[in-house]
Amino acid sequence: MIHFVLLVSRQGKVRLTKWYSPYSQKERTKVIRELTGLILTRGLKLCNFVEWRGYKVVYKRYASLYFCMCIDQDDNELEVLEIIHHYVETLDRYFGSVCELDLIFNFHKAYYILDELLLAGELQEPSKKIVARLIAGQDSLVEAAKEEANSISNIIAQATK
Amino acid sequence: MPYGRSSIFKYGLSLDQLAVRAGQIPRPGPQIGPFKRSEPDLAAPHDLLPLAEKFQSWKNLADQSCLDQPVPRQIESKLEQLKTIGRELAMGSHGGFGQSKEFLELVKSIGESRSKSEEDRIILREIETLKRRIVEPDIPKRKMKEYIIRLVYVEMLGHDASFGYIQAVKMTHDDSLLLKRTGYLAVTLFLNEDHDLIILIVNTIQKDLKSDNYLVVCAALGAVCRLINEETIPAVLPQVVELLGHQKEAVRKKAVMALHRFYQKSPSTVSHLISNFRKKLCDSDPGVMGATLCPLFDLVTVDVKSYKDLVVSFVSILKQVVERRLPKSYDYHQMPAPFIQIKLLKILGLLGNGDKHASEQMYTVLGDLMRKCDASTNIGNAILYECICCISSIYPNPKLLEAAAEVISKFLKSDNHNLKYMGIDALGRLIKLSPDAAEQHQLAVIDCLEDPDDTLKRKTFELLQKMTKSSNVEVIVDRMIDYMISINDFHYKTEIASRCVELAEQFAPSNHWFILTMNKVFEHAGDLVNIKVAHNLMRLIAEGFGEDDDTADSQLRSSAVESYLRIVTEPKLPSAFLQVICWVLGEYGTADGKYSASYITGKLCDIAEAYSSDETVKAYAITALMKIYAIEIAAGRRLDILPECQTLIEELAASHSTDLQQRAYELQAVVGLDARAIESAMPSDASCEDIEIDVTLPFLDSFVQQSLHNGDQPYIPEDERSRAIDISNFSNQGHRESSTHGLKFEAYEMPKLPVPSHPPPPVSHVSTELVSIPEPSYSRETQFSPTNPPVPSSDAELKLRLDGVQKKWGKPTYPSTSSSSSGYSSSPANGASQMESAATSTSTSRPGETYKDLKKAEVEISPEKQKLAASLFGGSTRSEKRISTTTHRASKGGGHSTEKSSVLKPSAASTTKANIPPQPLPDLLDLGEPARLSMVAPLTDPFMQLEGLLDQKESGSSGTCAVTDGSNKEPDIVSLYSDLHMDEQSSQSTLNPLAPSESNSSNLRRTISGGLAQATKGPNLKEALEKDALVRQVGVNPTTQNPNLFKDLLG
Repeated sequence: MIHFVLLVSRQGKVRLTKWYSPYSQKERTKVIRELTGLILTRGLKLCNFVEWRGYKVVYKRYASLYFCMCIDQDDNELEVLEIIHHYVETLDRYFGSVCELDLIFNFHKAYYILDELLLAGELQEPSKKIVARLIAGQDSLVEAAKEEANSISNIIAQATK
Repeated sequence: MPYGRSSIFKYGLSLDQLAVRAGQIPRPGPQIGPFKRSEPDLAAPHDLLPLAEKFQSWKNLADQSCLDQPVPRQIESKLEQLKTIGRELAMGSHGGFGQSKEFLELVKSIGESRSKSEEDRIILREIETLKRRIVEPDIPKRKMKEYIIRLVYVEMLGHDASFGYIQAVKMTHDDSLLLKRTGYLAVTLFLNEDHDLIILIVNTIQKDLKSDNYLVVCAALGAVCRLINEETIPAVLPQVVELLGHQKEAVRKKAVMALHRFYQKSPSTVSHLISNFRKKLCDSDPGVMGATLCPLFDLVTVDVKSYKDLVVSFVSILKQVVERRLPKSYDYHQMPAPFIQIKLLKILGLLGNGDKHASEQMYTVLGDLMRKCDASTNIGNAILYECICCISSIYPNPKLLEAAAEVISKFLKSDNHNLKYMGIDALGRLIKLSPDAAEQHQLAVIDCLEDPDDTLKRKTFELLQKMTKSSNVEVIVDRMIDYMISINDFHYKTEIASRCVELAEQFAPSNHWFILTMNKVFEHAGDLVNIKVAHNLMRLIAEGFGEDDDTADSQLRSSAVESYLRIVTEPKLPSAFLQVICWVLGEYGTADGKYSASYITGKLCDIAEAYSSDETVKAYAITALMKIYAIEIAAGRRLDILPECQTLIEELAASHSTDLQQRAYELQAVVGLDARAIESAMPSDASCEDIEIDVTLPFLDSFVQQSLHNGDQPYIPEDERSRAIDISNFSNQGHRESSTHGLKFEAYEMPKLPVPSHPPPPVSHVSTELVSIPEPSYSRETQFSPTNPPVPSSDAELKLRLDGVQKKWGKPTYPSTSSSSSGYSSSPANGASQMESAATSTSTSRPGETYKDLKKAEVEISPEKQKLAASLFGGSTRSEKRISTTTHRASKGGGHSTEKSSVLKPSAASTTKANIPPQPLPDLLDLGEPARLSMVAPLTDPFMQLEGLLDQKESGSSGTCAVTDGSNKEPDIVSLYSDLHMDEQSSQSTLNPLAPSESNSSNLRRTISGGLAQATKGPNLKEALEKDALVRQVGVNPTTQNPNLFKDLLG
């Protein structure tokens, strides 16, 4: 089971956090501090796994962003590495060659995508296409709402003219 | 692929794109791309290609940026530029939908902050703003949505946004999906399942689960997984179950995941729904099927037996997946549905464990999988690794094992650290089945051990631990200790220390080495190791080799004493180590006559003074003093108490700790006795005598009888008492309790007469399933008291609330008992299979030629490494696979085949011989030696039982046999006492060593029996508890009785 997902920039700035196991706010801060200290300092050619407090943290760096997932001792690290990559590919598909900026300004969208991918700490959907379709479905509603809002504001604007 | 094709550079091409990214300008037509573009994908999957290429380029960037520094730096500066442009564009435009200028400003300033404190300042300011804004009246919903996203941002950066939680909860009530989704996103991020606000969301979730828009249902199910706790499960359970049959596969999938989550939280609430998981395995949608594997994995882990029938289904699913029968969209890097494959392999590994029949069904598909798997991609390697895990878990098949060994060697030879890591891990699994598998990889293993990568190093230590035997234990443990000293990570230090101890206890070649090793471990990680380890060490020193070799015992003790006297002068030793030192010095400090009593007592006083804040150490020290004085008196030597000892005793006699006081007074009393009395009160070297304990406490019978005669109430065991209270409570306030014990989530029914023959369907399942609970169920209790007026009238109402009652029944302990029993029954079969497998693997061990070839190829390897390799792997062909189960040890009796190894590889064998002492001393706890087989001493010693007090998980079997085996000798009370004290402060002060006669030991019995009742808890918990309670009630405060008792005895 995945206990949490962390996205941290190379400078140690948090870009996204998702907790599947209960952690208090204090613990979260501590965990992030500990892990960034552990992961960001690791050498370049070392393996992408870190043992930490009896768990394993799998991380992968994409450009300046570190994706980290904390898993149980008996989980398959390579698989989790691919789950990270799967997430990144899905993000890439959504944003169209994603970069850190996308995630900074649209972090709630990154959350939605993550929620379609992982549920309750398990991979729920291994197919990128289906995730994309679901997100698209949700977004089309958003678009509809946006248009509605625009038309309303137009009406108001015209009425007040 | 060239660097230039990175995604970041692409930004340079289109600034519009950047602006879109920042959420400002609506995406122009073609740029909405991902979805529009994904639609044609459905028709023509070839369109995927350019996309895949792009991923590749990005991935390459990621990989290459790891390789050399300058490039990412360059990119970063570029990125920095672009960021500024993007931001300016973003700022310039007039606050788009959702994100206002203010918010973008915030994100920007956070991005530019130079330090954590600056960031904190900005966030604190933001919190102030939000606090003010959020309470303003009539905030437009769009604005509120943005506030909530800003709250999420604040919370994400580690600050408290609890003031706004309620707004997020409110937003989930909204009708618009857009706002609702934001609300759900925020609450799932903000709230833990035990938060008070959850109760406010349950109603919304209930409503949304019924929605006819599947996206709303999906959003609600997502929230269900995160927010619903044990208490609120019944409120949504029926709806979630209903959704298992929803027409949209996305909903079905999430419903399965939600049920899985419920199962994790409280297995009993969904125990009647488990059949649904089996049904969903046959779902037409692969995504739903894949999701079902998660709960099934958990279920199989708990109870393998009931799912054996599914082996065929799992195998056929796996086969279909491997044969690419699933839709193309499940392919990942040209692998067919790899994540589903991995889950299936995990389940098969569990199902085939120790089951020959089930395993045989898997062999073909596993073989196919191993053959077809593409080892060039990461995901292919993930599957291969999972295959190895599965192969090493199921009933062994030589062919598959060979294939696994091949894959492992590929992993180990790879330059990729990840693969090396997986290879080491896989090797550790395989080595259980074929112990010689490691041999051909020895140098690779050594390389990993010396790798600068900590993770890899630790994994290698794990592997080494698995292949430790008495011939290489010294090298391995030395390495581990060196590493332990070098690290600062407390968590891992504790772990590796306990591993060292475990290995040393299991394989120590000599007692002297053992003591030295333990000294090192204690010195560097004394505060981190379990106190049990200290007790074990004391026990070992006290017991020595056992019955026949007294000189070796005394040698061991004197070497221990000597080394401790040397170490004790070092500053800042850990408490546990000091306790051992004190105890050993007290018992054996003067035993060999090398050191005078005054020298030892002086040292003990030094310890007590140097660590004056540690009461346990002081207690140990003063008890040790007492022992030495007692030995001196018994030997008829003149006793001269050093002045500093005198002051110490006086100081402790006035101590605030009653325990220390008691010990000091006891010491003073002992010193005043004559040699004869002391001889029987504290016989020398009796610390490991067995003590007979009668837990029924017959000596109290007369006292109890007398009390009963005098009109006292008979004793009722605690559990019976509490049950009686429960029942009376219920019958008295049955009506009220039934209405308060659970929250009611359903709408109130129409005021009509409920039809009793129409209970909610799940309930009947539950009641039949839960019959085996020992505690009386509610329904029975209501029948107990039909005379009580309110109960019959509330009967119908009770039925309505049965989902609440269900929760009450569903004690978490219930399913675990059934699971553990099944676990026991399966374990012997497992052990047997392991033994058999060991046998098969030795018979099929590969010929020595390959090894020799390897040796030749390794000429250029440094001699140092070779030496290390030889010492580590030296005797690995010996079939000395020691697993600490006694059955295994017993079975392999004469299974040594050292000759074989020396024939196979003369070069390594010579070093092996050098390592093994010519006349190997018997191992400490190595029951594998034929001579030791008959020995029961290690099982029946009192220390082990005392550990039982600490570690209640220990099965009672070892404890009980000790009791019956006891001798009639007078026990060494003091030494026992000193240990008891640590284990259980409450049992202190019952003992008075002054009493030399029978009653003393009976008195002792009473104290210990309190503890032993617990030690023997294993087989009969209830009885033990009763006895324990009895002991507590009768003998709880012996100080009030004992002085008189002893006065009589001593005259």
